[in-house]
Amino acid sequence: MNSEQKSPENPYLRIAHITKTFKDLTAVNDVSLDVRKGELVTLLGPSGCGKTTLLRIVAGLEVQDEGEIHQNGVDISRLPPRQRDFGIVFQSYALFPNLTAFRNIAYGLENRKLHRDKIHARVRELMGLIGLPDVGGKYPAQLSGGQQQRIALARALATSPGLLLLDEPLSALDARVRVSLRIEIKDLQRQVGVTTLFVTHDQEEALVMADRIVVMNKGRIEQVGTPEEIYRQPANPFVADFIGVMNFLPARAADDPRRVSCASMDLECAEPHGYPPRSPLTLAVRPEDLRVGPEVQGQGNRASAHLQHVEFLGSFYRLTLGIPGLEKAHLVAEVPITAVRDTDVREGMEMEIQFPPEFLRLYPHQPELSA
Amino acid sequence: MTLPEANVGVSHSLRVARRPRQRVKHRVGLEGILRRVLLALVGVGLMLFLVYPLYRALVRSLQDRSGTFVGLENYIEYFSTPATSISFQNSLYISVVSTVITVVLAFIYAYALTRTTIAGRGILRAVALLPMFIPSLVQALAFIYMFGNNGFITRLLGVNIGLYGKVGIIMSEVFYAFPHALIILSTALALADSRLYEAAESLRTSSRRAFWTITLPGVRYALLSAAFVAFTLALTDFGAPKVVGGDYAVLATDIYTRVMGQQDFEMGATISTILLVPAVLVFVLDRIVQRRQVALVTSNIVPQGPKPHGRLVQMLITVSCVAVAGFILVVYGTVIVGAFTRFWPYNLEPTLRNFTFDIVGVQRRGGALVILWNSVQMAGMTALFGTIAVFVSAYLIEKSRGMSTARSILYLLCVVPLAVPGMVKGLSYIFAFNDPANPLYILYGTMLLLSISTIMHYFTVPFLTAMTALKQLDPEFESIGESLDAPFYRTFWRVTIPVALPSILSIAMYFFLNAMVTLSAIVFLFVPGKEVASLAVMLLDDAGESAQAMAMSLLIVLVGFTARGLFHLATRGVERRTQAWKVR
Repeated sequence: MNSEQKSPENPYLRIAHITKTFKDLTAVNDVSLDVRKGELVTLLGPSGCGKTTLLRIVAGLEVQDEGEIHQNGVDISRLPPRQRDFGIVFQSYALFPNLTAFRNIAYGLENRKLHRDKIHARVRELMGLIGLPDVGGKYPAQLSGGQQQRIALARALATSPGLLLLDEPLSALDARVRVSLRIEIKDLQRQVGVTTLFVTHDQEEALVMADRIVVMNKGRIEQVGTPEEIYRQPANPFVADFIGVMNFLPARAADDPRRVSCASMDLECAEPHGYPPRSPLTLAVRPEDLRVGPEVQGQGNRASAHLQHVEFLGSFYRLTLGIPGLEKAHLVAEVPITAVRDTDVREGMEMEIQFPPEFLRLYPHQPELSA
Repeated sequence: MTLPEANVGVSHSLRVARRPRQRVKHRVGLEGILRRVLLALVGVGLMLFLVYPLYRALVRSLQDRSGTFVGLENYIEYFSTPATSISFQNSLYISVVSTVITVVLAFIYAYALTRTTIAGRGILRAVALLPMFIPSLVQALAFIYMFGNNGFITRLLGVNIGLYGKVGIIMSEVFYAFPHALIILSTALALADSRLYEAAESLRTSSRRAFWTITLPGVRYALLSAAFVAFTLALTDFGAPKVVGGDYAVLATDIYTRVMGQQDFEMGATISTILLVPAVLVFVLDRIVQRRQVALVTSNIVPQGPKPHGRLVQMLITVSCVAVAGFILVVYGTVIVGAFTRFWPYNLEPTLRNFTFDIVGVQRRGGALVILWNSVQMAGMTALFGTIAVFVSAYLIEKSRGMSTARSILYLLCVVPLAVPGMVKGLSYIFAFNDPANPLYILYGTMLLLSISTIMHYFTVPFLTAMTALKQLDPEFESIGESLDAPFYRTFWRVTIPVALPSILSIAMYFFLNAMVTLSAIVFLFVPGKEVASLAVMLLDDAGESAQAMAMSLLIVLVGFTARGLFHLATRGVERRTQAWKVR
């Protein structure tokens, strides 16, 4: 995979060939990544993919077996955490329970031996920034989860570090708080302009917040790109499957370099796919990209499908479709209610669907994905 | 699909040259050095005051009187002479019997406290813990006053139970171990999940069946733990067998007689090693059981609180609890009455004379208050240094990164003291420190060595308390501190200690109370002229002055109660100041 990002200017953070092994498990396997100044990059992946380990290596809380880390042009690979320049926020908040919110935020400033008035002013400023100007005298246990996490964020930003590390900061929070806080964090990050690494296993969080997403799996980087790139052009089936929902169908390259065959269907692609004729492939298409209803009439790439199941989800229908010749595979289509307003949608009926060529993606055959 | 050539070229030029395969290590700053030095100090301390003395004792057991190596000859001699090896059998016998009795009584009592609605549970609990405040030989003294040939119960009932010997020892050991077993069992019983009982009830399970299928299996590891504790206490106790054992020799008294009576240090070392074997065995079993028990307790349980029982069950439980509590109170009462009586049982005139300690020896050294003060000093030092040693060790072992081999070895060394009987430790200290060739010989005959011996003897339980307290702290506190440029000792001082302060205080309390009553850990190390109170109790009893021994015990109990009260106040004050964060 293309794990090294090309960036014209000098990156603020450069991670080069980092490998870390725990006993017989390779947690991080030769990972390289460049992060630009002021960028918010999320490390996204399933649990155990090495994203948190990588973050802890950047912080110096774990020692890599191999590889280097450069921050702002300086090699920090061998520096203990205290000599590095970063702020960190954990899932557990890790607020000091015996110190008030104010003292927690001031903790790092006090270590810098700043004057009392300066500390006061800075803490006040931060508390305003996180929208909690009045909770300074409270202890962490007296604050809600969302408030605690904002205090933790303020504490991490207090000393104006060059790098902000967020280790699943929203995962312990209620769904509602999570949604509002992720926007707040993103705004705050832009306002402060701090380069940020954000670890999460929540794809929605990553899509909403990231300037760029790094998808990790089994210690390796699968793809790096903007949220749109990752979603629209997943580099491989893992990314396609992990981000959003994806239909996978077994297919075979046709003699015509722009066509593939899938069961009884003969589908056209937008561009030549480059696979040798007759090689087994996996065809991927997102549920929302499939088309049904009157607009399909007269288009290419059409097929007849059996409507097995209908779920009504308010603004759209989720249809489960069976395709003749693909008895084991199901096709899921999501269609806005506006698209089928005048069409009858009943379980058991036959309907026409269309595979728009521009939304089809082809990968080498993946037996575990296409049934 | 291949990548276009140009791309490869660009990314190559950005590559950081790959270094040869060589493990990356962080630079060790001043802090890293400090951490390492402290960990090394912990290691050195444990080697000096635990491993080395035991090693010396082991070596001594393989020598004859002239110091030549004789292999296992001493052991063969011990086991092949029926007159001596009887102490091994006796020890096992009284330990097993008293373990069974202790666990049964403690289980009923714990059940009553945690699961039934019988009245006065708070008082019952307080009374049950009383035996922890007196040296183990004092209850034996009280038993003599009660059940001895001239005991008041003997006279009252006209039945002599034959106290001197195994009966007396077993009674004393049960009395001694009861509160320890009770604490373990009532903790476990309080942790049972009420939803199991609700499920059983919904399936129309009889309460008897629920008891056998839910209650007992739920506390099986705690029952084992309680049994191990009771067994170890009985096996290694010295005070009670000394006072009430008569001709019935057990290992602990055997060691004492060999060393103090016959100056036969080699055989003393041999018997010590023999005593060490079952103690270590039980210790290993207990560690295995403990590990399983931890897995059994999940965090989100709904505790099964007290529930009313059938009238008959309730009555039986009440009767047995009141009997046990009453017995404890009578023993205490006997000590009090004995301390204020001129000459039990012939002259029952109340007197304060016993508190003058006017026998040769005690008086010459300044009287009771000086001896008591020695004890308080010793216990204070033990509490102070012991708490620091325990908490710092636990912190360094739990909250350091890397050095995992060194840390797990240190952990092991920190839990081992539990397996070493006090007599063995005391004797091993003679071998190690009463040796002019050892630079630490200067410690010999000082209060400080008494303290160190006591600290090492009681090291494990506070260590595990500290580990538990530290494990409850977010492991990321240290990471946060480092990210905010705070040296680890600052986070330790500003966060770790304040948050763990209640645990720290209870550790200090544990050291203090045990140092006040311990006998076995110091009986070989005392310095003439600097006796501590628990030792004075033994010496007074040796001199036939039971009444004065009781008076001295009473003073020990008073100090214990006072310390306990102060501890309570201190904890409350501390909680108000440093634990304010707990209040929502």
